[in-house]
Amino acid sequence: MALIEIKGVTHAYKTASGPLPVLNDLNISVPEGGFTAVVGPSGCGKSTLTRLIAGLMKPDTGTVMLHGKPVTGPRATVGMAFQNPVLLEWRTILQNVLLPLEIVQTKLTRAEQQDRARHLLSLVGLSGFEDKRPSELSGGMRQRASLCRALIHQPEVLILDEPFGALDAFTREDLWQTMHKVKEKEPFTGVLITHDLRESIFLADQVVVLSGRPATTQYVLDVQAEGPRDLDHLYTAKSADQLATLRHQIAVAQGRASEGDAA
Amino acid sequence: MNALTSRAFLAPIIAVLVFLCLWELLVWANNWPNYVMASPSDLPPAYAKYWELFIVMGWQTLWRTVVGLILAVIVGVLIGMVMGFSRIMRDALYPLLVGFNAIPKATVVPIVALLFVGQHDFNTVLIAFMISFFPIAVSVSIGLSTLEPEYRDILRALGASNMTIFRKIALPKTLPEFFGALKVAVTLAFIGTNLMEIVSPHGRGLGALFDSGKTNSDYPLMFAVLIALAFLGIVLYYIVVWLERTFAGWADRQV
Ligand SMILES: Nc1ncnc2c1ncn2[C@@H]1O[C@H](COP(=O)(O)OP(=O)(O)OP(=O)(O)O)[C@@H](O)[C@H]1O
Ligand SMILES: [Mg+2]
Repeated sequence: MALIEIKGVTHAYKTASGPLPVLNDLNISVPEGGFTAVVGPSGCGKSTLTRLIAGLMKPDTGTVMLHGKPVTGPRATVGMAFQNPVLLEWRTILQNVLLPLEIVQTKLTRAEQQDRARHLLSLVGLSGFEDKRPSELSGGMRQRASLCRALIHQPEVLILDEPFGALDAFTREDLWQTMHKVKEKEPFTGVLITHDLRESIFLADQVVVLSGRPATTQYVLDVQAEGPRDLDHLYTAKSADQLATLRHQIAVAQGRASEGDAA
Repeated sequence: MNALTSRAFLAPIIAVLVFLCLWELLVWANNWPNYVMASPSDLPPAYAKYWELFIVMGWQTLWRTVVGLILAVIVGVLIGMVMGFSRIMRDALYPLLVGFNAIPKATVVPIVALLFVGQHDFNTVLIAFMISFFPIAVSVSIGLSTLEPEYRDILRALGASNMTIFRKIALPKTLPEFFGALKVAVTLAFIGTNLMEIVSPHGRGLGALFDSGKTNSDYPLMFAVLIALAFLGIVLYYIVVWLERTFAGWADRQV
C-alpha cells in the first residue's frame, strides 16, 4: 500500500470573484520511502497540493490518505520546508532546528534533542554554525538549516515546496547531493515541488507532471533510478530522453504543444 | 569606555550645548526682553527658585504619562491582535480607529474634564492613553497580518494551536514594529498629559506649573518647564530604546 495516496482530489479557492478551481481530479501515489517530484506550470496548484498533504486544508472532494487513513488535519509526522527558509531571526540556528520539538511530543531528553540537532546540522555541513543567527548565514546555509528543522522530529513524510528555487546553480547542485545523503541517513517519504526538471530526475524516483490550472495528473514518469546518484547521472542518454519527455509535457501543460506532437 | 560609546554620549551632549549657545546668542543679538523669549541663562535661577515644585510636578507628569502609556500598550496590543488575526475585525475597526485618531485631542480635553469633574489623575491618564494607543494598535495589527503564511505553516503543520503560534512566532516577530510605535507613543503620551494639565483648572503636573508661569508672567519659569518636559521626554524615550535593545536587539543588523 502506498504511504501517500491522493485520490480524485478536486479543490477550489473561494475568492472575491467567485470560486477559483485549482485542482481537478488529481491522483498521485507515493510508496513508502519513495521520493516523488511534482512539476507543472506556475500557479497551477502545486503549493495547494502540499497544503492538502500536510493537512493544512481539506480538499473539496476526493481524499488524501496517509497509510490508508484519510488526512483530517495537521499531524506531527509531517515535516515541511519552503522556498523561503522562514528561520526565526531571534533564535540561533540550533534553537531554530529544535523548534518543532517544542510542539511535537518527544521521548528524547533535552541533551538528546541537542545531540540530534547537532548531528543533523553536521550532516548538511553546518557544523560550527549552531550558535549563529540566521542573518549571519548565506541563503544556501539557511536553506540547509531549514531542512534540518523539517527533519528534527523524524517525520515520515517530508514536503519540500521549491526549497532550492531561490539558490544559484552551484549551491543548488551542492544541496541536491546533500539531499541524497540526508535521505540515506534519515529515511523519509518525500514530495518535492520544483520547477527545475533536472532537479526532479536527479532527486526523485517518480516525476508527476501537472496540467495547467485547474491541475490534474497529466503525466507520470518513472525515473528508473533510486537512491544517491552523482551529477553524471544527468548526462546519460536515458536522462536526456527523460528530460525531453518532461519538457514536452510541460509545454503541453502550458498549452504550447498538443499531446500528439513528438517529444 | 571605547571610542564608539564615548562618541555616542559626547555627540548628543555637544549638540545640546551648541543649541543652548545659539539660543543665548539669538536672544542676546535681538536684545529680546524676557517676556518675548527667555534665554538659557535665565533658566538656572528659575530651577533654583522652584526646584521643589519641579520635582513634585515632574513626578506627577511622569507617573501619569507612564500609566497612560501602559494602558495604551495593553489596549493597543489587544486591539492590534484582534485586527491582526481577523480580516473582518480589521475591516470593521479601521475606519473607527482612524476617525478617532483624527479628532484633535485638544478638543477632547474639555469634554473629558467635564465628564469626570475633579478626577484629575484619571482624566490626565485617560488623555495620555487616548492620544497614544493608536500607533501601537496599528503597528501590531500590521505586524501580525503581514506575517508570511509559511511562518504560520511550519508550526501549524505540526498541530500547534493558534496561541502557540502567536507566542512563539507572531509576537516576537512583531516586536521591532511594536517598539517603533512605542517610541512615537511615548512622545504623544507626554503631549496628552500636558494638554490636560494645562487646560484643567487647579491642575497638577508640569503643565500646571507652565500655566501658573503664564498667569504670573514668569517667562523664565515657562521656558524652564518646557526644558524639563523635553528632558523627561528624552529619558522615557531612551528607556524605550533600552527595552528595544534588550527584547528586539536581534532585529538590529548593524551590530
Ligand atoms: N489562499 C488563496 N486564496 C485564493 N486563491 C489562492 C490562494 N492560494 C493560492 N491561490 C491561487 O491558486 C492558484 C494556485 O496557487 P498555488 O500557490 O498552489 O500555485 P503553485 O503551483 O504553487 O504556483 P508557483 O509555481 O508559482 O509556486 C493560483 O492561481 C493562486 O492565485
Ligand atoms: Mg508554489
